[in-house]
Amino acid sequence: MSHHKLEARSLYFSYPDGHEAVKNVSFTIYHGESVGLIGANGAGKSTLLMLLMGILFPSRGEVLVGDVRLTKKTLPAIRQRLGFVFQNPDDQLFMTTVYDDVAFGPRNYGLDEDEVKIRAEKALEMVGIPHLRDRAPFKLSGGEKRVAAIASVLSMQPDILIMDEPTSALDPKSRRRVINLLKNFEHTKIIASHDLDMVLETCRRVIVLNEGEIAADGITEEILFNKELLESCGLEIPLSLQNCPVCGTFKSHISHVKKWDLSFSCKCQD
Amino acid sequence: MSNIINSLYNIRLLDDLARKKTFIHSIHPLIKLLTTIVYVAVLASFERHEVSALLPFVFYPVFILSFAEIPVVPILKRVLLVEPLIIGIGILNPLFDNYIVVFGDIVVSRGWLTFLSIFIKCSLAVTVSILLVATTGMDRLAIALRMLKIPRIFALQLLLTYRYIWLLIEESLRMVRAYSLRAPGQKGVKINDLGSFLGQMLLRAFDRAQRIYQAMSLRGFTGEYNAGDVPKIKFRDFVYFAAWSLFFIIARIYNIAVLIGALFTGVGR
Repeated sequence: MSHHKLEARSLYFSYPDGHEAVKNVSFTIYHGESVGLIGANGAGKSTLLMLLMGILFPSRGEVLVGDVRLTKKTLPAIRQRLGFVFQNPDDQLFMTTVYDDVAFGPRNYGLDEDEVKIRAEKALEMVGIPHLRDRAPFKLSGGEKRVAAIASVLSMQPDILIMDEPTSALDPKSRRRVINLLKNFEHTKIIASHDLDMVLETCRRVIVLNEGEIAADGITEEILFNKELLESCGLEIPLSLQNCPVCGTFKSHISHVKKWDLSFSCKCQD
Repeated sequence: MSNIINSLYNIRLLDDLARKKTFIHSIHPLIKLLTTIVYVAVLASFERHEVSALLPFVFYPVFILSFAEIPVVPILKRVLLVEPLIIGIGILNPLFDNYIVVFGDIVVSRGWLTFLSIFIKCSLAVTVSILLVATTGMDRLAIALRMLKIPRIFALQLLLTYRYIWLLIEESLRMVRAYSLRAPGQKGVKINDLGSFLGQMLLRAFDRAQRIYQAMSLRGFTGEYNAGDVPKIKFRDFVYFAAWSLFFIIARIYNIAVLIGALFTGVGR
């Protein structure tokens, strides 16, 4: 399934004011991988996402989706395969009903109305909001809006999902719902976020950006347990891995922490 | 402040009304748009001091209000918002047009008649336009405009403005609130700060516009607004249009109010 591969080769990007936001960034993301993109504010996450989506073009280097190089010419075909969920759902939802918003992408690709309907209903079903189909997007709650924005991208049946802060500004219940949703998607995923606990739960691989450069790229546990690395990049260990509130033991040093097992209790509780 | 926010929330009432499923709602959007255009055009073609002949035209909005199950009060409130503007346009007529007109025992200046005529015409035109949006919805109205070969840029502009004006107002309200919290005992925004305040709003609007455009183009938007299948115009839509147009034209040619009056009182026989 090489066509689901996303590759960045030595990307550089400078803004017109001379600020170099992305420096020599290279990575390859394979089919089915879920990758967390983390970094402090201003580390270059959003710029990198925009470079991957072809909203910005690198000053040097190239982006390949499958084996196709991202250029202005290949942009329409490539964008059909990448689904991008914006940080602010209000930027993404602009039609008068949720259904019309979800159907917006497929309609633009010239699908006939029966196919559009099938796709839109499937996308609404996938995120669990078929009951909201006739509601106006502006009247939804923050969590519902976020899920509707995800559905509006899923209806295009993208190979790769790219999300910018999918859990920001959500209440705990809505956040949990989005996390569960993300865990169930089989798409290749790239999730840029400051919510490291969410990254820990949903991503197998993490790329850390620091001042526009890749500071680390590896398995999630290895990176999110690495206090020194995270602190040098302006981050900290996920809250769920921080010291036990009772005895103060640093959880990552507790021997029985297993991969993907976040439900451990501290030794002091035994 | 909460009043403003409440009324902002109600701004979308028309969208909710447009989703009802009544006989009027099921009429083709283009037909409703054309009927409204004919209505407004006929209304505008009356003499400037005509009052009684305008009365039969109340029938059309009343018909829509009742058959489309539209609540009267919210619609009237929206019409009231425009009334000061209408009064502003017509209020100088009684001052400048002092020609005397006599109705039986009542003597009025013709200025008042023209003012009343302007007032009725504008109010009816505004009511009917609001009812058009409330029974059709802005998106289907945009489709109707496209069918009339209105350039797509205008139709799109209308849709996006309608969608985002709310967000823009909300954003400016947030800014005003943040400002007033740091400027206690001060009414409004100081003239010195107004420049950067408005500039900031403009920049934010630009930013948002750019992000929305990006979100649209990432989903394959190339400039054409695709709203899905448009229903075909049926025979009953033609009948609806023809019947109303006929009524408007008859009401334009004959003063129905006077004719009915004559029927009952026998005057004019």
